[in-house]
Amino acid sequence: MFEKLKSNLKKKRVNLKIKTLLFGNNVREGVVIKIIIYLLLSAIGFIYLYPVLYMLSNSFKSPSDIVNPMVNWIPTALYFGNYQRAFRVLNYFSTLGKSLLVTLVPAFFQTAVTSVIGYGFARFNFKFKKPLFVIVLLTFIIPPQAYLIPRYVMFFELNLLEKPWAIILPALFGQGLNSAIFILIFYQFFRMIPRSLTEAAEIDGAGPYYIFFRIAVPLSAPAYITSFLFSLVWYWNETYISSLFLGTRFPNLQIALANFVSQYQQMYQSDAVKLNEGIRLSATLLIILPMLFVYFALQRWFVEGIERTGITGE
Amino acid sequence: MNKKKMSRKARENLIGYSFIGIWIIGFLAFMLVPLLTSLVYSLSEVSITGTGIVVTFHGFKNYKNIFQIEEGFVFTESLVNFVFKELIFQLPIIIVFSVLIAILLNQKIKGRGFFRTVFFLPVIIASGPVIKELISQGAGGTNIFETYGFISVIENTLNPALAEPIIKIFSEIIIIFWFSGVQILIFLAGLQKIDKQVYEAAKVDGAGAWQAFWKITLPALSNLVFINAIYTIVLLATFSENKVIVNIKNNMFNFRTGYGMASAMAWIYSLTVLLLIGLVGLIARIGSRRSRRSF
Repeated sequence: MFEKLKSNLKKKRVNLKIKTLLFGNNVREGVVIKIIIYLLLSAIGFIYLYPVLYMLSNSFKSPSDIVNPMVNWIPTALYFGNYQRAFRVLNYFSTLGKSLLVTLVPAFFQTAVTSVIGYGFARFNFKFKKPLFVIVLLTFIIPPQAYLIPRYVMFFELNLLEKPWAIILPALFGQGLNSAIFILIFYQFFRMIPRSLTEAAEIDGAGPYYIFFRIAVPLSAPAYITSFLFSLVWYWNETYISSLFLGTRFPNLQIALANFVSQYQQMYQSDAVKLNEGIRLSATLLIILPMLFVYFALQRWFVEGIERTGITGE
Repeated sequence: MNKKKMSRKARENLIGYSFIGIWIIGFLAFMLVPLLTSLVYSLSEVSITGTGIVVTFHGFKNYKNIFQIEEGFVFTESLVNFVFKELIFQLPIIIVFSVLIAILLNQKIKGRGFFRTVFFLPVIIASGPVIKELISQGAGGTNIFETYGFISVIENTLNPALAEPIIKIFSEIIIIFWFSGVQILIFLAGLQKIDKQVYEAAKVDGAGAWQAFWKITLPALSNLVFINAIYTIVLLATFSENKVIVNIKNNMFNFRTGYGMASAMAWIYSLTVLLLIGLVGLIARIGSRRSRRSF
């Protein structure tokens, strides 16, 4: 009888152990739950990346692979013909240069200028500071359509249309793409710098500009890097304003992609190879390639940047 | 004025404005003046002549025309479609999806960094032309859902008026998910701020994971839901393939409508978007009051 009880107890304990291992307890998570999480993340991750994988796979397919129903993900041979054509139709390097001009330069100015503005709001108490800051935040939600037409007319009269200045100038005055977000990022970041630090410098006779350039800016390198990268990516992917202001006379890569089909038909009018998805997707991949490089080289600045800049607020 | 005589307050005013002055100039030149000008345009006939732009005031004619001429009908239809067939479905999908992914990413798992990289990737590449290209080549989700007969099931069970937008959403579902990159990271940052001890205390009190989610996690995220909802609306409303804004741009260069009517459309669109954001704000306020009460 005693033996039976003992073995029963043992069984129960083993059962409990297995249960804990699988489903976890108060202290640790079980294996089953872990596996479910991994499965979910991998499955959703795959679906999420499906367009990119599809693009990659098809861009290397020869015309015969594309129509062959037996070829699914992996092409029978790596075929670079699509890229050759896409390269020529996009006029890649020249267009890339234009793209870089209208992304790097405004991103640089936007980061620099919004940091100055953010610092002003974070450090000084001036008249109308609160209402002005509310207006800064409001500019984020006002749809650009409400002011783009007169801006277009203004740039037309100043003879700035179809020139990179049409994109750079607003950035230079803190009115670039999503400027409000960057002002907010810098505002949050500069507020985290301890007051005692700047006060000590003030006592030593440092002026406000000296403190900004010599103390605040060097301490805020992460905010600068994150802001610059976000600004870069947003300018790179923005097409509504750039196609309006730059038009087809100053085509960047995005505009070139939007006009890809007609451009292709013009260049390869009498060609045997009709425009197929392989060519179109290789062109698409060429457009995103530069930013993919930037992302994989500096991805931690993107994904950690959002937390570090404290945009989620307190 | 002598520097010493200047009061501390005046000095701080001056310094403060020297930092934000450039923003004020920019705001006036590139935002406020254009905003007012476009309001004037929307109430005028704007014609382009050899010497420049001629603006003749003619009241609400442009606004009335939106309900009277062909271009106006196209515009209102695209606006109604955007609000009632796209935004109304996409906004909750994006918010729920990003909360879900953020919670999964917040678990103690290996390869968190990898998954985070994956889920943020679309932010880097999702431009209008790229997404248009991907959808037109069937990479937006049509392929996956067609293979499993999902779409025909919806077609056969729901009435056509409802089935049409739902099918459209499923054929672009991956792209809709793609709009969640930034929101996921914002939610993730919020989740990491929740004190682990709160969960432990709840567990001791006998709360399950389900209850913990509704009573701890969600209320802690409620502010971020609001921020992300606004971010999402702005993102969708300014996305360059958005039919409404494409329409406004086309009407700028249409001689029958021109800058005047395009401005009127732009104002109607802008007010609609602001109204939607206000509505979200209202819902968020009521929601947060209720969740606080249940605590």
